[in-house]
Order: sequence, then C-alpha cells, then structure tokens
Amino acid sequence: MAAPSPANTGLPPALADATRDETSLRRFLHGLPGVDQVGVEQRAAGLATRSIKKAAKLWAIDTAIGMVDLTTLEGADTAGKVRSLCAKGRRPDPERPEVPRVAAICVYPDMVTTAVEALGDSGIHVASVATAFPSGRSSMPVKIADTELAVAAGADEVDMVIDRGAFLSGRYGRVFDEIVTIKHACGDAHLKVILETGELATYDNVRRASWLAMLAGADFIKTSTGKVSPAATLPVTHVMLQAVRDWHTATGTRVGVKPAGGIRTTKDAIRYLVAVHEVAGPEWLNPDLFRFGASSLLNDLLMQRRAQLDGHYSGPDYVTVD
Amino acid sequence: MWEYAPAPESRDIANLKPSYRMFLDGEFVEGGGEPLKTVNPATEEVLAEVSTASKSDVDKAVKAARRAYDRVWGRMPGAERAKYIFRIARMVAERSRELAVLESLDNGKPIKESRDVDVPTASAHFFYHAGWADKLDYAGLGPDPRPLGVAGQVIPWNFPLLMAAWKLAPALACGNTVVLKPAETTPLTALVLADIIQQADLPPGVVNILPGAGDVGAELVGHPDIDKVAFTGSTEVGKLIQCSVAGTGKKLTLELGGKAANVVFDDAPLDQAVEGIVNGIFFNQGHVCCAGSRLLVQESVADELLDKLHTRIATLRVGDPLDKNTDVGAINSREQLTKIAELVSSGEAEGAEKWVSPCPLPDKGFFFAPTVFAGVSQAMRIAREEIFGPVLSVLTFRTPDEAVAKANNTPYGLSAGIWTDKGSRILWMADRLRAGVVWANTFNRFDPTAPFGGYQESGFGREGGRQGLEAYLDV
Amino acid sequence: MSERLTVAKTYKLYVGGAFPRSESGRSYPVQDAKGAFLANAAQASRKDVRDAVVAARKALGGWSRATAYNRGQVLYRVAELLEGRREQFVAELGASEGLAAKRAQSIVDLVVDRWVWYAGWADKIATVLGAANPVAGPYFSFSVPEPTGVVGVLAPQSSSLLGLVSVVAPVIATGNTAVVVASQDRPLPAITLSEVLATSDVPGGVVNVLTGRTAELAPWLASHADVNALDLTGAPEATTTELERAAAGTVKRVLRAGAAEPDWTVAPDVKRLRAFLETKTVWHPKGT
Repeated sequence: MAAPSPANTGLPPALADATRDETSLRRFLHGLPGVDQVGVEQRAAGLATRSIKKAAKLWAIDTAIGMVDLTTLEGADTAGKVRSLCAKGRRPDPERPEVPRVAAICVYPDMVTTAVEALGDSGIHVASVATAFPSGRSSMPVKIADTELAVAAGADEVDMVIDRGAFLSGRYGRVFDEIVTIKHACGDAHLKVILETGELATYDNVRRASWLAMLAGADFIKTSTGKVSPAATLPVTHVMLQAVRDWHTATGTRVGVKPAGGIRTTKDAIRYLVAVHEVAGPEWLNPDLFRFGASSLLNDLLMQRRAQLDGHYSGPDYVTVD
Repeated sequence: MWEYAPAPESRDIANLKPSYRMFLDGEFVEGGGEPLKTVNPATEEVLAEVSTASKSDVDKAVKAARRAYDRVWGRMPGAERAKYIFRIARMVAERSRELAVLESLDNGKPIKESRDVDVPTASAHFFYHAGWADKLDYAGLGPDPRPLGVAGQVIPWNFPLLMAAWKLAPALACGNTVVLKPAETTPLTALVLADIIQQADLPPGVVNILPGAGDVGAELVGHPDIDKVAFTGSTEVGKLIQCSVAGTGKKLTLELGGKAANVVFDDAPLDQAVEGIVNGIFFNQGHVCCAGSRLLVQESVADELLDKLHTRIATLRVGDPLDKNTDVGAINSREQLTKIAELVSSGEAEGAEKWVSPCPLPDKGFFFAPTVFAGVSQAMRIAREEIFGPVLSVLTFRTPDEAVAKANNTPYGLSAGIWTDKGSRILWMADRLRAGVVWANTFNRFDPTAPFGGYQESGFGREGGRQGLEAYLDV
Repeated sequence: MSERLTVAKTYKLYVGGAFPRSESGRSYPVQDAKGAFLANAAQASRKDVRDAVVAARKALGGWSRATAYNRGQVLYRVAELLEGRREQFVAELGASEGLAAKRAQSIVDLVVDRWVWYAGWADKIATVLGAANPVAGPYFSFSVPEPTGVVGVLAPQSSSLLGLVSVVAPVIATGNTAVVVASQDRPLPAITLSEVLATSDVPGGVVNVLTGRTAELAPWLASHADVNALDLTGAPEATTTELERAAAGTVKRVLRAGAAEPDWTVAPDVKRLRAFLETKTVWHPKGT
C-alpha cells in the first residue's frame, strides 16, 4: 500500500491508522457496523411514501434539475450529440428561461473538449468518466493516462470506477491505492468514485466501499456506471448517505453522493431528495454534495415542472429531445 | 431549507356521520346509555355523538349472541362460516381508505400508519382466520374441537380497528358469537366494521358491537351468560377482570401491558437498530403495549448510538394525523397526555437526563414531542412503569448476562428486541428473554400467522397462528 | 419369640431436594381408609410454602434449560425407579385409598405407564405445539413453547398417587418446576414418590412436596408473586373462587378444577402439557 496520501492527511488518528497498511484497512472496514438488508430496504420504502406536493414539489424539481449530471456514455456518441446535450444542459426548457441549468455534462474522455467548448462560461461542470470505464479492467498506467487525458482536455470532474474484482477478492489496499493515485492524477478536478454497487452485491460491501473511497480521498461516491443492473437503488443510496453522514461526524468534512442509472422519473428523483434530506441531512441538498447521474430524468422533471405550474399535464412533445 | 408542503388526506373520505348507533342483533339501534361524544385528539373538536349501551342493552346483546350461537352460527358448517369471514376481509380491504381516515380522525394516529399497517393487517386477520373455520380439526387441539359459545370482548383505543379484527376473526372462525365493546374514546371504526358485517350479511346477533365506557365493559365481562372473556388493555384492568371472572368458569385470555427491553449490542447493524428503536417507541405515539420503551445499549456504543438516535428522532414529523408525512400523531386523549407528562416529570425528578426532539408541535390538540431519557436506572419509575407514550428510557449494560438480567427485571413480559450481527447470540438471548415476542434485528412486526401475547403480568393466551385458536375453542 | 417391631417411617416434607420437617414443627395424624392411624405427616406452614417456592425458582433455570432429551431421560429414570418400588406403592395405596391389592396393583401399573408417557413427551411437545410461521414478509418467524415457570399444584385429594403423578408429570416434563400440595388426607404416597424423585436424577427443587392443610397452604401459593401458575385440581371446592382471585394479583395462569375429580384412569391428552407452557414467537429478517 502506498504511503498516506495528501488526501487523507489531517484525518482523525483512528481513521489515519485505518489506512496504514492492508491489515489495518481490512480490520477497519470489517469493523464497520453491518447493514441489515431488510431493515434498510424497509426504511427506504417507508421514506419513499413521503408525499411531496405544491411548493415543496416545485422546489424539489428545480433542485433536482440543478443536480443533474446530464450524461451520454454511448459508443455512438458524436460531437453533435454532445453539443446538443450541452445546449440542453444550459437551457433545459427553452421556453422557460428561469429553469435552472444542470450541474454537469458527463461524457467519455474523448468528448471532453467538445463539451468544454460547448459549455463555455455557463458554469456547468464537465465530468468525464475515466479509468477504463465502465469495467475498470486495464492497467494502472492506462487508467492514469485516461484520467490525465480527461483533465487535460478540461474536465473538472472525474468519475472513476473502482476495481471491483480487487474489492471482492478482499484486496482493499489495491483499491485504495488506485483511488489515491487517480485522485493525484485529477489535480484540482473533483473525483467521483463509482462503486458499481450492483456488482458489490451486499449492503455491507457498499458501506465498506464507501468508506474505502472516502479514506482514499473521494470527493463524491457514486453508485453505478449505469452499465450494470441493478444500478442506483434507493436502499443502496441510503447506505451511502449514512456513510457520508458518519464520515462527516468523524471528520467534519462532507463528501457528496451521486446515484446514477435507472432514475428516470420525477417521482424517483424526489424520493432520492427526501432520502438526502432525512438521512444525510439538509446540508446535502446542494449540487456540490448531491448529483443525479441521468439522461432521460431531465425531461420528466421538465414535464412535471410544467404540469405543476400550468395546472395540467404536459407531454413529451413539449420538451426537447436531445 | 426544504419544507414539505402539507399533504393532508381528505377527511371527507371518512364519511363521518354526526351520530353513530350501536350494533345489536343485526341492527343499528339507539343505546340506553348516555351518548358519548368522540373527539378528534388532534383538534379537540367533537367528531360525532355515539350512543352507548345500558345494562339492559348488554343483556339484550348477550341474548342475541346466544340465540345466534344456538340457532345458526354454532351449528353452521365451518366452510360456510369461512365464506362469511372471507367476505369481511375483502370488504375491509375495499373500504380501506375510508377506514384509515376515520381511524386517524378518531384515534390521532398518523394516516400512513392507519393506511399501511392497521387497516391492511385487520383485513389480513380476517382473511387468515377465515380459512381456519373449516380446518379446526387440523389445529392440533384434538378431534372436532367445539366453540365456547358467546364471547365478550373488550378492546383498547390504541389500535381500534385492528384489535377488533384480532378479537372477532378467531372468535368467529371457531364458531363463537360475539359481543364486543370498543374503547370509549375510539368507537367509530368498530361501528363501520359493524356496517361491513351487516353488508356481508352475517346472521343477526353473531356480532354485536356496544360502545361505552368501562362500566359497559364490566357489565359485559360480568354477564352470567357469556362463556369467554377476551380483553386487551392495561394490566391494572386485566387483573380486575381476572378477579371478576374467578369462579365463573368463563374462559379468559388477557393481553396486557408491557415494558419491553430493546437490547443493542456493540456489533449491531447500528443504523437499522436506530430505525428499530424509533419504530419500537414512536410507532403509534408509543401507544403500543409491546413498545420498546426501555433501550438497553452496550456501554461501548452507547454514545454513538445515542447521537445517531437524537439525529434521527429530530427528523420525526409530529403533527396533523391526516398529513401523509406525519410520523407521530396525536396522543389519544387529554387523560393520556396528562399521564405521560406526569411520568416524564417523575423521570426528571428522579435525575434522568431528558432530551426532547426540537420538532414543532401544533398549537391545539393533544401532542407530545418525542422524548428520550438517558442515564436511567432500573429503580426509576420511567424504567418500570408503562408510559404508553413517545418516551424512551435508555439504560446501559456491559455483558450479555447483564442485558438479560435487566431486560427480564420487570413483572411484564410481552416483547423484547435484540440487535446484534452474531447469530448465536441472538438465539442465546431469545432463549433467555422472558417475553412472548422476541424481535431480533427488527421490531414491531405483526402477522396473523404469528402468535402474539405475553408472559407473566403481560397476560396469557395468544392471538394469531394456530396457537391463537385455543382461546376460542373448548379444548 | 415375639414378632419383630417394624421401624416406622417419619414422613417429612420434600423441599429443594431435602426432607425437612415443617419449620412450624407441626405434624398431623394420617389415617387409613378405615380410620386407623397410619403415621404422622408434617403439617407445612406458609413459611414452608415460601421455602418451597424459593427452591422451585432456584431449580427452574437449570431444569428449563436442560435439553429436552435430557429431561426425557431423567423422567424415564423416575419410571424405572417407580417400577422398583411397586410393592411399596401397592401397600401404601391399599392403606391410603383402601384399595384391594389387585386394584392397587393396576393403579400402580398405570402410574408407571403414565410417567413413561409424559417422559416421552419432553422432547416432542415443542414439535407438536411449535411452528414456523409463514409471515407475509422477509422474515423467519418461529414459535416455540416455553415453560411458564414455577407452578403451584394442588394435587387431587382422592387419587393420592395416580392423580398426583397425572398432574405433576406434565408440569415438569415441559420444563417447569413445581410446588405440590399433596392430598391432605392421603399424603403418604406423595412422600414416597418424593423419595423416588430424590434418588432419581431429577434435580432438587424441581418438585417440592408439601403435606398439610390444603386450605391453609393454597392461598399462600395463589398469592405468591414468584409463582407463575396454579393448578387448582385438588383445591377444596369452597376455596376455588378465592384462590382464582388471589392468583389474579399477579396474572397467574390458572388451571381450574372440574366439577368433580377426574377419572385418572382415562388416558390423558396434551391438555395438561399445554396448560403451563407459554408461546414465544421469535422474528428475524432474511437478507444478505
């Protein structure tokens, strides 16, 4: 394992100790409280019954729009597609200029330049996936180069994937080192660490991976690549929200959370916001600390926003397809 | 800050009527007792006037039940009885929204609980027991078990409809006829259930529902022509009832108070333990006989757990029971509110450290903010007496043996909780806890198939499951 | 040569595995069925009740947590010892109940067989009365019978041995411990049974036997806060209502007496086993 990185200096002694070596790290991660599956799923389902109406709903919709990492991660992506997405991100509802812009545009590294150009001084961040996304199956030099490419092209946010194989085989030190290294390669860019919770299989693993990523210096922990099913789920996000809350209790710093994949409706998004509000706390209701990795969600938010304001339901022909 | 807008369920759904009458021999009739006014505890406004039973009404009802037992229900083939009870189950489900809103109005419990717990579980109880009616030979209680006859049932105000279902369903399935007295402060849903029973075309007299206060209950329990008494309520009243049926030969089952320990070990899934603790004591405003009112936490995690608990409790939304986002509703009556406040001041006087949720409370109505006492010792009243409100007493322990000793150190024995990731410890604890229901890594789960009931002064007899049938059969 | 003078037995109480006299120092004469003096029996007092309850409570932990297999074996061993004492019991029954030898023999046969029947239940009752509950959710829920605790048993007044065994065996087969008030006028077989228990593997305190006036002792048992249940089978009819009322003070489980003493020769069912069992339901989530 690498020597303590700049990322985790200044940690409380107990946490700094946890990253001293592989054995300490394992002991620490396995000493975290377990997660009872039925209990967390029940809590998530219970909180999902919150009824958010009227002004609270409108606030939630606008907040959610401002938290969207509008994403295209297709082999078929072209400069045209990315530019169109950027335009959408800047003015999600062209007829309603008061609609907030999205938080970021999320693309593959080779599309970063296009996105940076298209976004100009809009204030919208450019996020790039990296580290041999989505599988993470490549060598470290390739992953570093991938990251450097994205950052050099102007990405100010990097969404890396962890080595799930290493994690599942218990080589936590390897995963830790990778994150530390990528964090270093990111420079000033914010690092989102994708846990790919669908492959981690248990909530205990999700909690351990969350802590591992935070110990290694993650600015955000993110559920999924969107390429694996299940992607984001409410209970998985609950576990991660509990982790960032506990991290804040332990260190005084706040790490962000980004569920990605499968969140398509306003109803879903509001359920996530309620979870953020009541599990992590109201401080996390902020694009600096919570994002939605999504594409089709945005249009549903826009339609619901119109319905909310116009008093009747909208339709897909009244929002733009990009 | 994100403020949730009010999301009230419409009270029109309750079909609230200005007056309700008792259900006797298949008809809704005026009672001879002084009518009572039932109050919405969230607003203190009168909801409706309800006629109550007089002494002679009780006698009429018992006679009607006896006639129905002798002539129809007691001799009806089980398969036929079953179909009546299935009908009730379905109709309760069909009218679930109406029942839920009415329950929240009359009782003060949050609509999400009446909607998601009380009413569906009530329907499930009828559905489950319906199927037993023609299968009693298989209940392991001997061949051809016979019903007892007429059952007098007295139920509390904390789960008005659900308790009516817990009482009626097994009694009817086993072939008994019933006179049921709902609680004085919450008679409405039982009378809508009577309407359902009428719509389901049950023969007159099979079920009679007589609202009234304790005197009506005493009259019913003491009536010489009933064969069975079933009571859910306080241990104090339970003892009086057990005393009063002494020597009469009436079969008796009692489901009484509790002071459950919720035991959290240092290896517990802490976030879920927090949920379980919150659910254990704040579910239904703590008006639950099996509420986890004593938190026993291992010293090594006590501070961490308490911090998490305070944070979590502060998110509980206390207020309008009809608001779909309300987590903790109204205390059922002023009397109960006074009792809770009195016990809370005793906790302060005895030196426990009080923490109160900073949640806002409505200006009117009977509300009590979630309260946690730390530094509680076994000798304090708040560790021994049933508060029946949203008040948690926190004690600590060091070893499993100490946890068991403290958990069992009460005359009650209704329920207990265990939180640990160690399976063998769960089973070790479950063996030693003197409680009729032990929830491990969960709390307050109920199911018609799972027997429920207490040890020691929490009562005797079981409700639910095959075991629950014994209470209504001559075996 | 004169006939040898027999050595008469002093009949004492059986408490906590020992045979003390009543702390009150009292005794009372016991007569045979024809009214002739048989022996003096200890006349227990309320303090003997208190001591017996302490002994029964102390024995409860070990006995209730012994494996059901072990309890079954221990009880079966009692049957073996009963068999060995057949002649003594036949003689005592003849004297106490005035039974002809043949009748007494058949009763003792039934006694041994009944004990064997209950011994065999020790490791089966949980199977018969327990359940895995098919709850509507991701939980494993199971219900198991558990002993109620310390049971006060007012033994039948007429059937001094078969009746006694029929009420005591189910109480202890299910893991309870018992404080038994023996038949007031026919207490001797109960003390002889105690001697069998004392020399068997049944731990001291599991069964405690008091002799004396039922009407004097029963109210102390009925009101004792550390007694969990009460079997009124041998309660004098005039006292049953009062006893039930006293039992209500701590919500005791009460097994009521029938109008007349049952015919103990009739084969039993599980009713008496059920009477002093609680049902404990345990829930646990199922998840990964």
